[in-house]
Amino acid sequence: MDLSYTEEEEGFRAGLRDWLAVALPELPPPPSPGDWPARRAHDTAWQRALYDAGYADVHWDASPTRRLIFLEETEKAGAPYVGANFVGLLHAGPTIAAEGTREQRERWLPPILRGDEIWCQGFSEPDAGSDLASLRTRAVRDGDAYVVTGAKIWTSHAEVADWCELLVRTDPEAPRHRGITWLAMPMDAPGVTVRPLRTLAGSTEFAEVFLDEVRVPAANRVGAENDGWRVTMVTLSFERGTAFVGEVVACRRTLAALARTARENGRWDDAVLRRRLGRLNAEFGALWRLTQWNVSEAEATGGVPGTGGSVFKLRYSHARQELYDAAAEVLGPDALDLSREWNLDRLSSLSYTIAAGTSQIQRNIVAERILGLPKER
Amino acid sequence: MRFQPTEDQRALRRGVRELLAARCAPQALRTAGARLDRALWRELGRTGFFSLRLPEAEGGVGLGLPEAVLVFEEAGRVLLPGPLVATHLAAGTVPGAGDGTTVVTRADGGLVPWLDEADVVLGNSSDAVPVRSVDPLTPLHRIPSAPPGDPDPAAVLLTAAEQLGSAGRTTETAVRYAKEREQFGRPIGAFQAVKHLCAQMLVRAELARAAVYAAAVTADPVEIAGAKLLADEAAVQGARDCLQVHGGMGFTWEAEVHLHLKRAWVRAELGQTAAQAEEALAAAL
Ligand SMILES: Cc1cc2nc3c(=O)[nH]c(=O)nc-3n(C[C@H](O)[C@H](O)[C@H](O)COP(=O)(O)OP(=O)(O)OC[C@H]3O[C@@H](n4cnc5c(N)ncnc54)[C@H](O)[C@@H]3O)c2cc1C
Repeated sequence: MDLSYTEEEEGFRAGLRDWLAVALPELPPPPSPGDWPARRAHDTAWQRALYDAGYADVHWDASPTRRLIFLEETEKAGAPYVGANFVGLLHAGPTIAAEGTREQRERWLPPILRGDEIWCQGFSEPDAGSDLASLRTRAVRDGDAYVVTGAKIWTSHAEVADWCELLVRTDPEAPRHRGITWLAMPMDAPGVTVRPLRTLAGSTEFAEVFLDEVRVPAANRVGAENDGWRVTMVTLSFERGTAFVGEVVACRRTLAALARTARENGRWDDAVLRRRLGRLNAEFGALWRLTQWNVSEAEATGGVPGTGGSVFKLRYSHARQELYDAAAEVLGPDALDLSREWNLDRLSSLSYTIAAGTSQIQRNIVAERILGLPKER
Repeated sequence: MRFQPTEDQRALRRGVRELLAARCAPQALRTAGARLDRALWRELGRTGFFSLRLPEAEGGVGLGLPEAVLVFEEAGRVLLPGPLVATHLAAGTVPGAGDGTTVVTRADGGLVPWLDEADVVLGNSSDAVPVRSVDPLTPLHRIPSAPPGDPDPAAVLLTAAEQLGSAGRTTETAVRYAKEREQFGRPIGAFQAVKHLCAQMLVRAELARAAVYAAAVTADPVEIAGAKLLADEAAVQGARDCLQVHGGMGFTWEAEVHLHLKRAWVRAELGQTAAQAEEALAAAL
C-alpha cells in the first residue's frame, strides 16, 4: 500500500501546475448561471485551452492516476470543471470511443476534445427514470434513417447542446432490455423542441426534449440495433467512476472555509457544531482516500471503473448534503440569504442523491452486484 | 501511486486468517471467557504478532504499520481476546512482550482491560476498581480519578484496525444470513429493507477501510483520529444492523453478533473516544 506518486506522475503534476499558473489568470470570470450561451462559451474556451496544452484527453486516455492528479490539481488551482462538456467528455465520448466505428470516432471525438461540440444525455423519460429500461421513445427505421418520436426529460445542457446521446426503443416486442438502441441525434434536427425546466435553485440546468418524427441517420447508431442497453451500461459505469474527484477536493476546501468562518463569528464555541465539523473532516479525508483506493484498483485491473463507484457515490452524495447543512448551521440566520456563499450550493446538493442513479438504486446495485443478494424481481 | 495491498501484504493477511481460523473458533472463545489463553498468546508471539514491527536485528519481523493494521484487522474479525494492542506496542521495551511470554496491558483513559491476567501493567492503576464488563470476553477495570490521557496514535490506529475487521465480519455474516433465511417464500435479502441495511454496512466498512489503511501509510495523528472515528462507526453500527438482520436469533447469547457489538463498544472507548477524535479533527481544520 503506497500513497506516494512515481517520479513520472510527479513530473506530470509539476508540468500541469506550471501550465495552470500561466493559463488560469488569462481566463475570464465565470458567467452567471442563467446565461447559457455565455456558460457554453466559457466552458468550451477552457476545453480548447486544455486541448492546445495537450490535456484534453486526460479523461479518456490517461492512466487513472494521471486523471486523479489532473482533477486534483485543476480543482486546487481553481480551474473550471468540465461544465457543459460533461456529457461529451464523461459519457458520450467514452461510449463512442469504446463502441463506435472508426468513422464515428473520427467524426465525433475530436470536436469533443477541442470543445467545438457540446453533448447532452437523453436517457430519462417522464415515465422512465430509475426504471430506465422501460423507456418508450420510439424509433422506426425508414430507409437510411430512424424516425424518432417521444419525450425526454431532465436533459442537462440541452439548451446549448449540439448532439444528444439518445436511447430509443427500436423493438417494442422484444424483452425490455433487448429492444433499445443508442443514437447520436443532432439537436438542430427538425422536430426537436427543447423546453427548459427551472430547478429549485432557480436556474435552468435541465430541460424537457420533445421529439416529433425526428429523422436521425442510421449511420449515427453506435453499436448494433437493439444492443443499446449494453452500450449504455458502458457509459453509466464511466459516470460512477472518477466523476467526483474534483468535487471532493473542493468540499475539503469548503470545510476549511467553514471552520474559518465559524471561528470568526463565534459559532466555533458550540461544541456540537465543532464536533460535527470535525466528523466531516474525517468523512471527506476518507472519501479522498477511497477515491485513491478505487483509482489504484482501476489501475491494477486496467479496466473500466467498477462497482466501487457506487459505494463512493452513495456515501459522497450524502456527505455533500451534510456539509452544506453544517454550513447553514455556521451561518445561522444568514443561511436563508441566497446572496451568501454556500446557500445556493446547499440547494444544488439536494440533487446528488437523485441524479445519476438515486441512493435507493445505488443501494440495490451495491447489494445485488457486490454482495450478491437476490434481486427484488 | 499504488494504494492497494501488495502481494506480500495479501499473503500475510491470508496466513494470519488461516492461523486464527484454526485457533479462534467461536466456541473456544466462549469457553475461555475472561481467562486468557496463554498457550495461544505464546503461539501468537512465535508467529510474530507482537514483534511484527521490531527490527529483525532485535528479533522482530521488521514490518511496518500497514502490515500491523492488516494483522489487527484479522484479530478483530475473529474477536481475538486479550490486551493485544498494549502487548504489541510494548514489544522491544517490556521483556517477553515480543515473544508472547509476557502479557502487557495499560491504563487507557479511565479503563484497564485484562488487569488481573496481565503480567505487566503500564500506567498507574493503583486505584482501579473492577467493572462488570459488558463484553464477556474483555474483563475491565475503571480508574475513577484518571484524567483523560493523550492518545497514542499507534494504539488508536491498531484499535481502529480491529474495529474494521469486526465491521467486515458482521457485514459478511449479515449477508450470508440474508441469503439463507427465508420468509414469505423468499430469502430475506430479497427485501429491500434488509438489502439496503446490508449495502450501508458495506459502504461504512469500505470507507473505514480506506481511512484505516491510508492512516497506516501516513501515520498522521489527525488522519488516525479520522480512521478511528469511521471504524468505530462501521463496527458499532455494523454489529447493530447485523443483529437486526438476524431477527430473534440476533438477540441470543448463542449468535456471535452480540459479541461483536459489545467488543465494538469497548474498543470505541479505548485509544481515542469519538469526542476526542472529533475535537482533534476540528482543531486541525
Ligand atoms: C440535476 C439532475 C440532472 C439530471 N440530468 C440528466 C441528464 O442529463 N440526462 C438524463 O437522461 N437524466 C438526467 N437526470 C435524471 C436522473 O437520472 C433521474 O432523475 C433519476 O434516474 C431518477 O429518476 P426519476 O426522477 O424518474 O425518479 P423515480 O425513478 O420516479 O424515483 C422516485 C423515487 O422512487 C425511488 N425508487 C424508484 N425505483 C425504486 C426501486 N426499485 N427501489 C427503491 N426505490 C425506488 C427513487 O429512489 C426515488 O426516491 C438528471 C436528474 C437530476 C436531478
